[in-house]
Amino acid sequence: MIYAQSPLAIGLFLAFVLFVIGLSFYLGRRTTSSAGYYAAGGNIHWFTNGIAFAGDYLSAASFLGICGMIATAGYDGWMYAIGYLAGWMVALFLVAEPMKRLGKYTFTDALDSKFNSKGIQLMAAISTLIVSVFYLIPQMVGAGTLVTPLLGLPHAAGVIIVGVVVTIIVATAGMASTTYVQFMKGGLLIVFSTILVIAVLTRGLSTAPDQGGDKPYHNFVTLQATMTGDGGLQISEAGYTPAADWNSSALREAGFVKLTKDGIASIWMMKETGAGTFELEETLYKATLASGETSYNGGTAEEGKFFPVGHMKEINYKGETVAETGAVGPFAFLKTMQNSTVVLWGSKIIKDAGDTYTIYYQKPTPGSQVLRPGLKFKVDNATAAEKFNFISLMLALFCGTAALPHILIRYYTVPSQAAARKSTIVAIAAIGFFYILTVFMGIGAMTNGVINIMDNNMSAPLLALSFGVVLFAIISSIAFATVLGTVAGLIVAASGAVAHDLMDNFLGMKMTDKGKVMAGKISAVVVGCIAIYLGIVFEGMNVSFLVGWAFALAASANLPAILMLLFWKKTTAKGVAWSIGVGLVSAMGLILLSPDMYIRYGLLPTDAPISFNSPAAISIPLSFIALVIVSLMTQKDAIGQEVAETA
Amino acid sequence: MGHGPAVKLGKDNASAYKTRLGVQMFIFYTLFYAGFMLINTVKPSLMEMTIGGLSLAIIYGIGLIVFAFILAMIYNRLCTAAETRMNK
Repeated sequence: MIYAQSPLAIGLFLAFVLFVIGLSFYLGRRTTSSAGYYAAGGNIHWFTNGIAFAGDYLSAASFLGICGMIATAGYDGWMYAIGYLAGWMVALFLVAEPMKRLGKYTFTDALDSKFNSKGIQLMAAISTLIVSVFYLIPQMVGAGTLVTPLLGLPHAAGVIIVGVVVTIIVATAGMASTTYVQFMKGGLLIVFSTILVIAVLTRGLSTAPDQGGDKPYHNFVTLQATMTGDGGLQISEAGYTPAADWNSSALREAGFVKLTKDGIASIWMMKETGAGTFELEETLYKATLASGETSYNGGTAEEGKFFPVGHMKEINYKGETVAETGAVGPFAFLKTMQNSTVVLWGSKIIKDAGDTYTIYYQKPTPGSQVLRPGLKFKVDNATAAEKFNFISLMLALFCGTAALPHILIRYYTVPSQAAARKSTIVAIAAIGFFYILTVFMGIGAMTNGVINIMDNNMSAPLLALSFGVVLFAIISSIAFATVLGTVAGLIVAASGAVAHDLMDNFLGMKMTDKGKVMAGKISAVVVGCIAIYLGIVFEGMNVSFLVGWAFALAASANLPAILMLLFWKKTTAKGVAWSIGVGLVSAMGLILLSPDMYIRYGLLPTDAPISFNSPAAISIPLSFIALVIVSLMTQKDAIGQEVAETA
Repeated sequence: MGHGPAVKLGKDNASAYKTRLGVQMFIFYTLFYAGFMLINTVKPSLMEMTIGGLSLAIIYGIGLIVFAFILAMIYNRLCTAAETRMNK
């Protein structure tokens, strides 16, 4: 592909991953009781737990997804960060202490604490399972993305490695080991991201980012073309020949022309500058030819013709136009960006005579547009559907955090309500600081000539690579280890839902203690296999975007139940069960019918029956309504004063 | 199957006070967050406005993060004070 591997990076990476696995085994061995396994004995210090929250939360989505999206779409990527962080306020103010007070090991236990209802056990377990699987997909995609540049392995290999390693870890690790591993990774991620940001600021902005002099930036060419009397195209530079059908092809219709020079095909964006005269701008493209071959910018993947991109078009620094700024402070960095122009990349998919082209073309964009919403989510002159989509996403992020099973279980690892509260605040501080760093990492990636525009998930590690292979190896290893930890936590949560909540509690299966452990391990392997499969299928989708779906599911299925249980006296068991079911089914259904899923099915997004991708604004209210209606219909079983008093 | 907390928790008399305080502060922060969504849906061009060379979008975004932390600290202060006062 567009990267080369280094033995140093591979060595550092392997050492780090082995260390994490070793630590996990070591700590896992000390866990013997079930309270120790699920809740680390409830005696983790709040500060450790808070940083571990950050380790859990700053997974592939935050580090890879948000940075990647900022690198290609500016501020809109950062809006995920704002939503993710705001969600912690729901966790702190409404959920942290009551959760701690009501539950034992799992979210299902807390919901069911007042009812002992089969319905709640079943629905909450299913919800935990589905949300965990949806959250697993982006982690797996992130893992696959990471190993490609690091170890030179294909995407699928990365997904399988993670799946296998994690399944091994799950067999041994408990909550105590997960907590210490996540604490370490959370801390390291924040420290090294800070170092990366300082490096970005020291380098400053440039119109031809040469990675500190190590690697000359691609020299973008602009050609002039004139249409001749006989329908041909005359190119200003010798050697370029247009395709014979250039003026009648589907490419031409979309505003592009294919030229050939020395046997290599290139695609250019045409801008009409006068009658029959054009300016041609260089593009990057991936073509799937009718013969079944794939061409990356006119060569095979190994030839490396598909180069990394990202540069400033024009820099206005302190009122002057300059080619590069040199070292700048954080505010000067943002202010300069605000007044300058950066080259972003648009993409178009064109089918032309059996060949399919994905063309990436230059899109010079003023910094003032990059540092405000609107490049990914259409906000200016948006249609009602587009506005709805935006509000729905921001709502899902806001409500999702406090409903994620692997976040909720962390409240049971600390000794008291005060500790639950304090660890949430440590998490808010650590995560908030990290999210401010993502702005600089994202814009750094955008302007340092490091982005692979076919898959922006690797932007942050590749930015680190531009500062040397050591930083790259460290950052990638931390990111990979974080994926491992998060995946392990999710698989434990999901297998717990199957073995503990479903088989043991709901079905009341009489199992020996050994049998229970076996059931848990078998479900972990099954969930792991499902996650591996989905991780391969969803290759190339932005991981933060995928996490948006997991948040929508969690917010719709779990949050109404949690909040109403805590704050509404008339809540009944049936109401809670129905609320989870309705939220889950409606959110899931809307996701499966969304335009983005239609692309996954190989259909046209415009054929999708709905025009938005974020289900939360419909499914969350539906879930609340279901809870209220069913609860009012089943008042005989109401829990009455008791919960409301303790809440 | 035993439900209930993983560790034995003492009786917490400050519970009701903390719940009320949490709801109030939650509403306060939610309004601030809703303001961000509102500007983006009603008058998104306002986000481009610069204050001291930085766009409103950046200032509001960093503001949402910093404000979250400040509110969290205040909340913790008040809760801890209430716990010491009421759980003597």
